Amino acid sequence: MVPTSYYILLSAILFTIGVVGVLVRRNAIIVFMSVELMLNSANLAFVAFARAFQTGNAVNAAAMSGQVFVFFVMTVAAAEVAVGLALIVAIFKNKHSIDVDQVHQLKG
Amino acid sequence: MHDSSTAFSLSSLVPLIVVFPLLGVILNMLVGKRLGDPWAGIIASLMSGLAFVIAVLQFIGLFLDNFHATTITLAEWIVIGTLKIPWAFQVDTLSVTMMLLVTGVGTLIHVYAIGYMKGDERFHRFFIYLNLFIVMMLFLVGGNNYLMLFLGWEGVGLCSYLLIGFWFDKGANGVGNARAGRKAFVVNRVGDFGFVLALFLIFWTSGSLIFNDSFKYFEEKAKEHATVTAPAPAKAVEAKPAEGHGESEGPTTEQIATAITLLLLVGAAGKSAQIPLFIWLPDAMAGPTPVSALIHAATMVTAGIYMIVRSNVIFHLAPTSQMVVALVGASTAFLAGSIAMGQFDIKRVLAYSTISQLGFMIAAAGMGAYVAAMFHLLTHAFFKALLFLSSGSVIHGVEHGHHALHAHGGGGHDHHDAHAHNAQSDSHAAQASAASPDHHEFDPQDMRNMGGLRKQMNVTFWVYLIGAIALAGVFPFAGFWSKDEILADAWLIGSKQPYGVAVYVLLSVAAFFTAFYMGRQVFMVFFGGERTDAAKHAHESSWVMLTPLVILAVLSVIGGALNLPKFIPGGEALGKWIEHSVEVHAVGFNLTVALISTGVGLFGIFLSYLVYGRSPMMTMTDPLERLGFVFRFLNGKWYVDELYQAIIIRPIEGFATFAAFALDWDLWHDFFHDTIIAGGFRWFSGFLAGFVDKGIVDRFFDGLGGFVRETALNFREFQTGYVRNYALMVLFGVVAVLGYFLFVR
Amino acid sequence: MTLDIIIFLVLATIAVLAALAMLLSDNAIYSALFLILNFSVVSVFYLMLNAPFIAMVQVTVYAGAIMVLFLFVIMLLGADKLRQPQTDIPWQQPLAILLGLVLLGVAAFAIVSRGSISIPSPLSDQMISAFGSPFELGKLLFTSYLFPFEVTSFLLLVAMIGAIVLTKEEKTKLHPRRPTKN
Repeated sequence: MVPTSYYILLSAILFTIGVVGVLVRRNAIIVFMSVELMLNSANLAFVAFARAFQTGNAVNAAAMSGQVFVFFVMTVAAAEVAVGLALIVAIFKNKHSIDVDQVHQLKG
Repeated sequence: MHDSSTAFSLSSLVPLIVVFPLLGVILNMLVGKRLGDPWAGIIASLMSGLAFVIAVLQFIGLFLDNFHATTITLAEWIVIGTLKIPWAFQVDTLSVTMMLLVTGVGTLIHVYAIGYMKGDERFHRFFIYLNLFIVMMLFLVGGNNYLMLFLGWEGVGLCSYLLIGFWFDKGANGVGNARAGRKAFVVNRVGDFGFVLALFLIFWTSGSLIFNDSFKYFEEKAKEHATVTAPAPAKAVEAKPAEGHGESEGPTTEQIATAITLLLLVGAAGKSAQIPLFIWLPDAMAGPTPVSALIHAATMVTAGIYMIVRSNVIFHLAPTSQMVVALVGASTAFLAGSIAMGQFDIKRVLAYSTISQLGFMIAAAGMGAYVAAMFHLLTHAFFKALLFLSSGSVIHGVEHGHHALHAHGGGGHDHHDAHAHNAQSDSHAAQASAASPDHHEFDPQDMRNMGGLRKQMNVTFWVYLIGAIALAGVFPFAGFWSKDEILADAWLIGSKQPYGVAVYVLLSVAAFFTAFYMGRQVFMVFFGGERTDAAKHAHESSWVMLTPLVILAVLSVIGGALNLPKFIPGGEALGKWIEHSVEVHAVGFNLTVALISTGVGLFGIFLSYLVYGRSPMMTMTDPLERLGFVFRFLNGKWYVDELYQAIIIRPIEGFATFAAFALDWDLWHDFFHDTIIAGGFRWFSGFLAGFVDKGIVDRFFDGLGGFVRETALNFREFQTGYVRNYALMVLFGVVAVLGYFLFVR
Repeated sequence: MTLDIIIFLVLATIAVLAALAMLLSDNAIYSALFLILNFSVVSVFYLMLNAPFIAMVQVTVYAGAIMVLFLFVIMLLGADKLRQPQTDIPWQQPLAILLGLVLLGVAAFAIVSRGSISIPSPLSDQMISAFGSPFELGKLLFTSYLFPFEVTSFLLLVAMIGAIVLTKEEKTKLHPRRPTKN
């Protein structure tokens, strides 16, 4: 059996990649995709843990709730993508660019 | 001495003596200006006359009451601790004598002044001052305590000042009269200083300023001292604790008495114009003649003598002081008499004569011959007042002659007693040039401008002559008796103590001087030919002025009857009278002295006849000027004023100038205030503003602000506006927290 | 080294590489495609973790819907052609990588030192089909997590509206007609 920690480690790596992607890339869409990646890695961790806590013959509701949570995360992610992309489009209409560095009017 | 117990006693009327003249003052102040000439004067004279009536009543009352002294207390004046001073009159023979003199002669002079001041624009004011003077003088002589005496003392000093400078806009340079008044006041003040110190001592030792209480204390002290034999330092005369000075015994009674009496002498020297404070009296001639007569001959100047006589108890305890007093008086008599011989102003001669005669009185008082002193005081009042008033008459006459000559409108004559009077020197030219343009070079008081006036002013001549002879001390006029008695006293003392000889010699020579200068004066003024046209046109004065003269002349003749020698029936009247109040030692009639003094007097007159009478002056040059330096010295008044000016006035003025300009203005104001205080303050505030405020505080806060700003600017860099940066920050936080939780906890 | 682990490692490598490629790719469409690949691989992982439903949902929703949406937008905006011009914050990249590595290090350390939960014995036969089945998931969704479920639906509605509103064209303001008096 693959130890849970492997999955978690993988999840951590993917998460890190996602984080770096958010920080480094300037294309707003790529940034967004990195965010999706992060969410996904979290999902992976959830599922791994859900499986890890399933012991015995009866379905452990606690364990199952891990997957339930993933379900919700995905829902939220979907909604978020919808809105986020709409935002990006709206910004693009204004600035004709999706470079996140262009949106720096909040400069102090 | 008891308070009168009869239902009604004349002595209870004594407050009225002050009330009447005071009423005169108030009346004249209120309506005097409207009443004008002569009614203001009539009111004043009336009030003075009423005061005289009261004085006479007191005289009678004393006779009825067997000469017992009474005290009439009106109210309490000062009650502080142990000091109790009432408003109270002492009615005894001594005070009544003075009261009679003051009010009597005073009234006569009031009447005279009605005529003399006629036409003056401040007529009523003159009589206000005169009446006020009477009030103050009566306080002086009537009070029963030293403080009332002092009150009167100061009051008459004030009136003297007011009256001397009555024509305050006249005189040399327009301020001469005012200066004379100020000089009188200031010099008097010096004497008053001594007097006040004496008062302090009297109160300090005896615990009271009331005459009788104080004298009782001193008498008791004297008795104690007499009974205590010498070798007992531990049992010395009771030393007041306050006077300890670390000695086991305090000063003796004699020492205290000497101190008190010497200080009293200082006061008397100021008021009665003795050495060294006599310089004010000649200048006081700047006042109108009635003032000179009343104040500076008859009454005010005698206050010093009265004061000494009144304080006889204390003087008896200090034989040293008595000697000093006598010598001062005798020296003054000598000095003033000599100066009088060299004066040209008619009033100045009389002024120095007054100083000289006052010297006689002071010497008498110093020798303990109080009766002689009072006697001479009275007689001198008569003939000196007479002489002054007559001289006023003469001056008026000459003035009118001058006016008539220059046809400067008849009417109101301007009063020029102080006309062109340079108070400092008698030099003819100086004063004349400072005169009003009207009378350039003509001084109506200069005897050299007179001559032969007995033709034009007959009555004046006769009364003047009587006064002069009386003053010279020729038998049987009043002056002879009183002066003679003083000389007899001096002779008597001289036989016991050496200083008496000096006194006798000085006084005799002074008597010689007196006769000489009076003779000189009479011959210069009334005999010979008129030296000026003004003298030719002089005319006699009005009856208003002449009547008092005549009365005074009569008194000068018969005045000797007051105190004839014992062997004459009715003799020693004054002596017996005064004896009730003052301890007197009667001195018998001394034929030798009498003969000597008569001889001296006659010799003086004869000499003056030789010089001035036989070949009367026809020019302005005085024959005595042949004496050269001597005459100049006498004419220059022994240069006493100049001496004082040099050693006292000049340094004081110099110091005052120094203090005012260098110290106060330059040093204090300019340097200290401006430079140090203002400058220092300015520097300090500048320092505070610049160095502290701008330099430190501002810089601190600027720095603080700057620091904040810099910090903010630096921190501002964080707000890049880039989303990625913000995300980076978040990541950074996450890592930190994670690390913290994992590794620290 | 069992077969599971080998398969896991291979798949993990693919996933990581795909993620990295997504990150590093210049072309946005390539990035999207790489991400889809990543999602697919993760889906396989789900299968391996006895979460078949989740796996399917992952493929349909994530890879199928979300990524397609992404692709639409990329192509709409022409993002694939966008170049990366000069950056104003050159220090951002290295710092980000560094911090990322730190994060990774910290996480790895935590996992390695503490997280040694091993997957227990394999599921029993009954469990294999029961655990992770839609039935079980649905049972939980509609009982314990009913409320969140409903809220989520509401959330989706809101997101939908939001998306529409945000992309709505600004209609030019019509001249306000004066209310005519009728």
